[in-house]
Amino acid sequence: MTTTTRAATVPAEIAPPRGILHRPKSTSGFWSWWTTVDHKKIGILYGGLALVFFLIAGIEALLIRLQLAGPNGTILTASQYNTLFTMHGTTMVFLVGMPLATAFGNYLIPLQIGARDVAFPRLNMFGFWVFAAGGAFIYSGFFLGGAPNGGWFGYTPLTSTPMTMGALPGHGPDFWAVGLVMLGIGSVTSGLNFVATILNMRAPGMTLMRMPVFVWMMLVVAFLTVFAMPAVTAALIMVFFDRNFSTNFFVAKAGGDPLLYQHLFWLFGHPEVYILILPGMGIVSETLPVFSRKPLFGRSVVIFSGIAIGFLGWGVWAHHMFATGLGPVAQTAFGLSTMLIAIPTGVKIFNWMGTVWGGSIKLSSPMLFSLGFIAMFTIGGLSGVTHSIVPADTQQTDTYYVVAHFHYVLFGGLVFAIFGGFYYWWPKVFGRLLDDRIGKVNFWLMLIGFNMTFFPMHISGLQGQPRRTYQYPANMGWDTANFIATIGAFVIALSVLVFLVNVVKTARRGEVASADPWDGRTLEWSIPSPAPEYNFAEIPEVHAADDFWHRKYTEDEEGRLVRLPAGGSDDGVQHGDGHGIHLPSPSFFPLILALGLPILGYAAVFKLPWLAVPGVIVLLFGVYAWGIEPGTAED
Amino acid sequence: MAGDGFGGAGLRTGARGDDGMIHPKKRIAAPALAAGVAILLAACGNSNKQNSLDPKGPNAQKIDDLFIPILGVAIVIGILILGATVFMAIKFRQRDGKPDNPKQVHGHTALEIGWTIVPALILAVVAVPTVSTIWDLAERPVGPNVLKVDVVGKQWWWQFQFPKQHLVPASTQAAYSATVAKGMVTTSTELHIPVGTKVDVALHSYDVIHSFWVPELNGKKDVMPARSNHLTLEASKPGVFMGACAEYCGLSHANMRFRVIAEPMADWVKWRDKVSGGPAQPYSGEIATLTGKTYGCTNCHVFNDPKQQPYGPNLTHLADRSTFAGGTLELDSANLKRWIMNAPGEVPMQSKDCRLPPPATCVGMPSFIKNTPHGQKTMTSEDADKIVTFLMGEK
Repeated sequence: MTTTTRAATVPAEIAPPRGILHRPKSTSGFWSWWTTVDHKKIGILYGGLALVFFLIAGIEALLIRLQLAGPNGTILTASQYNTLFTMHGTTMVFLVGMPLATAFGNYLIPLQIGARDVAFPRLNMFGFWVFAAGGAFIYSGFFLGGAPNGGWFGYTPLTSTPMTMGALPGHGPDFWAVGLVMLGIGSVTSGLNFVATILNMRAPGMTLMRMPVFVWMMLVVAFLTVFAMPAVTAALIMVFFDRNFSTNFFVAKAGGDPLLYQHLFWLFGHPEVYILILPGMGIVSETLPVFSRKPLFGRSVVIFSGIAIGFLGWGVWAHHMFATGLGPVAQTAFGLSTMLIAIPTGVKIFNWMGTVWGGSIKLSSPMLFSLGFIAMFTIGGLSGVTHSIVPADTQQTDTYYVVAHFHYVLFGGLVFAIFGGFYYWWPKVFGRLLDDRIGKVNFWLMLIGFNMTFFPMHISGLQGQPRRTYQYPANMGWDTANFIATIGAFVIALSVLVFLVNVVKTARRGEVASADPWDGRTLEWSIPSPAPEYNFAEIPEVHAADDFWHRKYTEDEEGRLVRLPAGGSDDGVQHGDGHGIHLPSPSFFPLILALGLPILGYAAVFKLPWLAVPGVIVLLFGVYAWGIEPGTAED
Repeated sequence: MAGDGFGGAGLRTGARGDDGMIHPKKRIAAPALAAGVAILLAACGNSNKQNSLDPKGPNAQKIDDLFIPILGVAIVIGILILGATVFMAIKFRQRDGKPDNPKQVHGHTALEIGWTIVPALILAVVAVPTVSTIWDLAERPVGPNVLKVDVVGKQWWWQFQFPKQHLVPASTQAAYSATVAKGMVTTSTELHIPVGTKVDVALHSYDVIHSFWVPELNGKKDVMPARSNHLTLEASKPGVFMGACAEYCGLSHANMRFRVIAEPMADWVKWRDKVSGGPAQPYSGEIATLTGKTYGCTNCHVFNDPKQQPYGPNLTHLADRSTFAGGTLELDSANLKRWIMNAPGEVPMQSKDCRLPPPATCVGMPSFIKNTPHGQKTMTSEDADKIVTFLMGEK
């Protein structure tokens, strides 16, 4: 590497720059992406890599659906099927859902609060590289003696029994446990970063209650992430120790308790559900007002119900465990708390509808996806309420009814919102609009495919089809539902293909976006598209919620919208050149530090103490060099 | 343009522009509903005996009675919200593509309080029967007329043991003493219970977590190592009810099925007396050598004592059962022969090393014709026939 020249070679009369490696300089071009600390570039990296994993998880889902198209399917072996459903779930939760939300958060939080970057730019990049390293690590199991095959939930003692005792062959659970611990490190750092950014870096006048609802939801998500990941990290480390070092955390006959794992896992796992869905709720809370030309109905109630969901989300974990024999007291308590959480969720849905009601609705792609979100999430929410009916849940849990439920929440909810977000913010990120006609095809195909895939699962589940089975017998009445679901899965795949066509097609020939193509309400629309490196030429001063909107419009006595006379030619959009703005400098060390983790990971999985040595050296080098490197290079 | 092609093919009927996009939702709703109804109807006409919507005993009935009305309310609420969403999208859309200047409503306190309180009230109403049913179903039956069964979930089959107990229906006093004298009975894959009798099922596991589920008789209950969960089964009428393991338990989780056979008390007593008696045939001579020294079947199985609980299924009175291999295969000579010679070819198992001495990794039944370890005999077709003939005679 040419860049490793020692700083000591600098002539003595110039004060040597601190830091061990020469500071990377490039801010554009291929190599800049490896060392950037720009929150926008990091957001794009998160989004791009998460989309790659989304395609991988989609292919896994298609294979699963092909296998289940008819009874006694033979396309996959039992072992392959078990690996695929494990990896589909793990990928969608940890490598798609969370990073996509982080992608939106990374790109948008500073723009929406009027900041030039996040609080800890290098930590931000570290989070991304840990995500990339962790994802690659888990998937490397496919080539290195066993991909994860114990389910995304990894219940003990199935996963914690040592490999030599045959519960699960191969290194699958080892890769899974170590990989998730790694990903947890990335999630916690990005969560802490978001909390610090949102609490400290808001523009003057941006009080908490003036913050965009998306930022609010990401704040709740960041807190949930920071507090939830330690629970699962502890559990995963215990699994790894039981498996590799003969500890007895979950060994029943040695006094351990397999059920302990489930408590730890779901104490993380249920907040995790809200970590995944709250960003979606934030996104539609931004798009619905814009495309209805009305403010968010009951804005503060939407925010507070999001916070309420964040708190209540800690008190419902055992509803994943109603069949484990908790006893009627715990069943009652967690059944009731589960009902309770439906109330703030319902309030949100009604407030979104109140926003749309009486508006002037432009049915562009972002709006269609947002309306689709309301409809599909409502179905998922209602089937969720039926799970709080504990006796009924003992029939539903571990059947396809649950598969239907959480796909309505996470696909119908999160994925629909994310796609709406893609169409909405694409022009701000890339400077060109996605094609709206193709976007509508994308939406309708996804809506139809999604409902074909998952609606029939409600029925086959109630008719007794258990989950996680690589085959089901004929003559059980499940054939039709499963066949329709398989066709639907391919319709979803087609809709994703249409999206990719849209991306490729508009990349060169798409309509060039103005600064404010949607007549937006929040600060990101007050700067040019694509957002300049320095975000705001001038840090804005905020006077109200939806500040940018109020620079454009006011209300008459009847409460109707009145356009303010344009102040000159600029419609309130900034046109500075960013001269003299000092931004954080790129750095190698987030990447180097993150690379130390998978080396240690392989050392742990394969029990190779010598491999831990380079791992530790890389880690220590990364930490030390990062520590003495200034945040911004002196120039 | 690609978009037009897709749109014209599947989504739009008219030649109108983008604003004609509002109607498809209606056209989708109708076929979707029709498809849903069709699936439900199709379900009624098949032989599914694992249907939680078709309760056949008081416990499952209680769950169904609780769930169906709430499901109905949920469906009504769902249709209202979905309908309102579609309605709004149509009613308030920008007709000529030009933005309107709608009234800027920031909120409405009364409305918002309303849609917080009303769902809370609905849920409060739902909570009452839910909680009472939770406690109702949690009650363990006691008394002389309760049949006790110990169920052991194993990778990947179910073992049923009837312990010594006092099931004393007045009409079968004599039979009762006979059973106690004989002690317990251990069977697998098929659980016989008397109709109208509460069965107290105690659930045990010594490997991983399983879940015991007979949807038409009750909800599911996990089978946990380190603790004994209980579940009450009761069938109102004679019949066969399918069950399955409902917790992912490793490679062949899908092949861990069973059935509950409910029969009138008199028939059940007859069954019990038959299967708790000694073996139907003498177990000695060539067959004992074949299953013992030659192929090592007795490492995991027992052929001549219904009381024992070996590692694998107890094969005494095997021919009394109609299915085997985790409930996945009909019990007939052809299936049994294929199974005995090459079980992993029928059901995936981690049994490659089962014929090696410990501590070999072994879950399931090994193949006796593939991967035969050095020094051990590969099973011949003639030997397999002899074992099959013996087992099929073990009624």
